Amino acid sequence: MSTNEKEPIFSARNLKLFTAPLSSENPITVQVLGICSALAVTVKMKPAIVMALSVMIVTAISNLVIAAMREYIPDRIRIIVQLVVIATMVIIVDQLLKAYAFDVSKQLSVFVGLIITNCILMGRLEAFAMANKPWPSFIDGLGNGAGYGIILIIVSFFRELLGSGSVFGYPVLQKLGVYSTHYENNGMMILPPMALILVGGIIWFHRSRNRNLIEK
Amino acid sequence: MEHLLNIFIKSIFIDNMVFAFFLGMCSYLAVSKNVKTAVGLGIAVTFVLTITVPVNYLVETYVLKKGAMAWMGEGFADVDLSFLSFMIFIAVIAAMTQLVEMVIEKFSPALYNSLGIFLPLIAVNCAILGGSLFMQEREYTSIAEATSFGLGSGIGWFLAIVGVAAIREKMKYSNVPAPLKGLGITFILTGLMAIAFMGLMGIKL
Repeated sequence: MSTNEKEPIFSARNLKLFTAPLSSENPITVQVLGICSALAVTVKMKPAIVMALSVMIVTAISNLVIAAMREYIPDRIRIIVQLVVIATMVIIVDQLLKAYAFDVSKQLSVFVGLIITNCILMGRLEAFAMANKPWPSFIDGLGNGAGYGIILIIVSFFRELLGSGSVFGYPVLQKLGVYSTHYENNGMMILPPMALILVGGIIWFHRSRNRNLIEK
Repeated sequence: MEHLLNIFIKSIFIDNMVFAFFLGMCSYLAVSKNVKTAVGLGIAVTFVLTITVPVNYLVETYVLKKGAMAWMGEGFADVDLSFLSFMIFIAVIAAMTQLVEMVIEKFSPALYNSLGIFLPLIAVNCAILGGSLFMQEREYTSIAEATSFGLGSGIGWFLAIVGVAAIREKMKYSNVPAPLKGLGITFILTGLMAIAFMGLMGIKL
């Protein structure tokens, strides 16, 4: 059901569905979706990556499911149907995390549950999965999840490096001997406001490289 | 009483939904272009939060928690439905928003017209579900605590969106670097506002 007879599985068009959200149609910096739960999990890289993967899986699978059912969903109750599908996926992810990665699950606390109301999901379901075949929708979901993940990883990389002096829990700065030059960790980076300012900076950088994204 | 006031103040200023947890950012960024609509959405969110948090508290304590169904009889004493909480919470929120929308439409058409488009959007606002999930995680012990938490975080969200909308209205006349215009500068502004709010940390009544 997922393959399209006329075009190969990895056609150029499908590939573009995956790559566009990584930069020119990035869900966070361009479409402004899913910022809600994105920033709070970026203090350390590990929870950020787990969060990114969870969002990617949930987006891809719920896109696939909704796209497969799209012709049978009555228009008036579609939001409820979408919410039920998303909530089911999130419950599965949450239970898996609790079972196999309990400490990460504790760090993410309510933010796993908040994937349900992550605007990327509803946004992509409404904008893409309701009007497209299952396979392209699946790729679109993967792409948007990855685009979200990239921003999360960039933000968490800087926050962990500058705030705690480590990368992925490995104390890079200490091993390099930076502290002996009277360098101190910037405690500000761990606090919530810096996540916002960093994302502002990323948007600035991204838009000055892609001038066509600049707002009037 | 003091205890309730403490939760209330804390949820407005210290654990502010927007500045400390980044909840409800999507609508916060989309609807903060002018103060009037920001006020409308802020009121709607406060309203819905104040209703859904206590309702979900009741659902949590009497249906979902481990052993919560003991009131149904012996056989239900060790039923644990907490894995269903996401789905039940979101269903309660969707239903409550629908209900609130109908009530407002019936009793105050003027308010309905000004909130109209925002109400359905609220069902998928992360701040609302976040309120319920925080209520569950922090294990509030009475419905009064849950209500004051809901009301407080609603007001906190209201303050944040109205504040940023007022600044953005003024920003129109400022000379912002072109790539930062719109979204970028709003993020940085929010960050600066969050730093200002952090000055209130440690307040205890």
